[in-house]
Amino acid sequence: MFTKMFTKIKNIKMLTGSGFIMLALALTNVTAAEKDYQVELPTAPKGVATFVPPSEKDIPKNAFGEAVRYGMSLFNNTQQLRGKYVGNDLNCVNCHLDNGKQADSAPLWGAYPMYPAYRKKNDRVNTIDERIQGCFTYSMNGSPPPFGSKELTALVTYHYWLSTGARIGKALPGRGYPRLAKTKNKPSVSRGKKIFSANCAICHGAKGQGTKVNGNYAFPPLWGKGSFNWGAGMHRVNTAASFIKANMPLGKPNSLTDQEAWDVAAFMNSHERPGDPRDKGDITQTAKTFHKHQCFYGQKVDGKRLGNGTK
Amino acid sequence: MLKLKYRTTLLTMLMVFTHIAMGSDLGKTLATQGNSKGATACIACHGVDGSGLAGAGFPRLAGLNPAYLEKQLHDFTKASRTNPMMSPIASALSEKEIKAVADYFSKIKLTIPGSKSTANNKLMDEGKRLAENGNWSNDVPACFACHGVGASGIGDHFPALAGQQADYIEQQILSWRNGQRHNDPNQLMKGVAMRLSETEIKAVSAYLASLTMVEN
Repeated sequence: MFTKMFTKIKNIKMLTGSGFIMLALALTNVTAAEKDYQVELPTAPKGVATFVPPSEKDIPKNAFGEAVRYGMSLFNNTQQLRGKYVGNDLNCVNCHLDNGKQADSAPLWGAYPMYPAYRKKNDRVNTIDERIQGCFTYSMNGSPPPFGSKELTALVTYHYWLSTGARIGKALPGRGYPRLAKTKNKPSVSRGKKIFSANCAICHGAKGQGTKVNGNYAFPPLWGKGSFNWGAGMHRVNTAASFIKANMPLGKPNSLTDQEAWDVAAFMNSHERPGDPRDKGDITQTAKTFHKHQCFYGQKVDGKRLGNGTK
Repeated sequence: MLKLKYRTTLLTMLMVFTHIAMGSDLGKTLATQGNSKGATACIACHGVDGSGLAGAGFPRLAGLNPAYLEKQLHDFTKASRTNPMMSPIASALSEKEIKAVADYFSKIKLTIPGSKSTANNKLMDEGKRLAENGNWSNDVPACFACHGVGASGIGDHFPALAGQQADYIEQQILSWRNGQRHNDPNQLMKGVAMRLSETEIKAVSAYLASLTMVEN
């Protein structure tokens, strides 16, 4: 019977071959409209990071230097764009430590030389400008600064300057977050909760709400309405685990075991956060299209389905 | 009946106010006179205004977070922070006295101008760089990242360092290194202290001491 069915399908396919191709093309176009800048990066090459970005004191004293400084200032204190392009309480530097210079903390000098890059996901070549715009849409839960705007130009200029001397198109050790190997046990939210209380709550608060001093966040909120949204790369358990292992707690990198990093990442990312901007009101569909990776989007945790977004 | 209730409320309020007043009185008495159980007057070493004593390693207490001060007094009674002078004094304080004295010093609003440093400009520049940006290639975060912008302190666990005595800061970093002090939450300071060079410790201590504390 299956053989019969298969033959039938095959016949239809043969008969309407061109139609299928047309349909496939139409589908591709639909997906192309749904830009996803948050596709996972290829693994960074092994080895110790040796690239040294230029020093702040070497920023030239001219118009170019001014753009570098403005870009650095936006990167550090992205809250100056709050309400314009930024919709949450984060700053770029929260996930890219040391002003975007720190190896294994997705340094800008590791990213810049890899663009423009073709992305299968949207079937075209993406520039670094577009990649940064993606950060504003998802990680900053805002809206992207337009091409040619002084803000985007300054940020690109800062990326470029930090990459001085890096070879174009050559992946450098230290780029991205070092991919954390899978552990024997699956990431556990309940184990992660304990690890969070013991190691992270002192800065990020018992409820992941962050710590504010004089109206500014000294330590960023990790979930809830002030944090990154469901479209940001950091909502993936694997990305968060890799970042945490290599960078957290501040000043104690690589102090958690691999299992602890996986568990605490699962705990962090099993909370509600701002919705995925690509969601058209159907999280089941959005989960199917954009969340076929290791994350809690659309899943039930403690009887509540995640992904609807914070209000 | 109603009158009685009213009176009771008044009486309760009066008692509460008296209690608060007594609390700060107790703190002030302890600070200026000590107690009869062996705790000496705090101001004898920490200064009349709680600003500490330069050159002796006696820290500034004025304006520090009360929970932080309380924790330190508790820790002096345990092995997690040993000090030949402070351990017996802290052990001579009751729980109520610890609270009162911590509260007293935390409320001294003192805008101590940063000390004029004797350190040379190069050392001060190095200190500023570390305090503001850290030395990430050696996994040393900026002091300001946890102790707040301008090192004015964050919450109960990250004390203000601005205007703190330079020799005290230096001593403490060294104490974390050699394990004499290990009451830092999650050993956050130990790791940092281990990775700082002698010059960096001197530089950062001088720089932080030169800052003027801004109230949170």
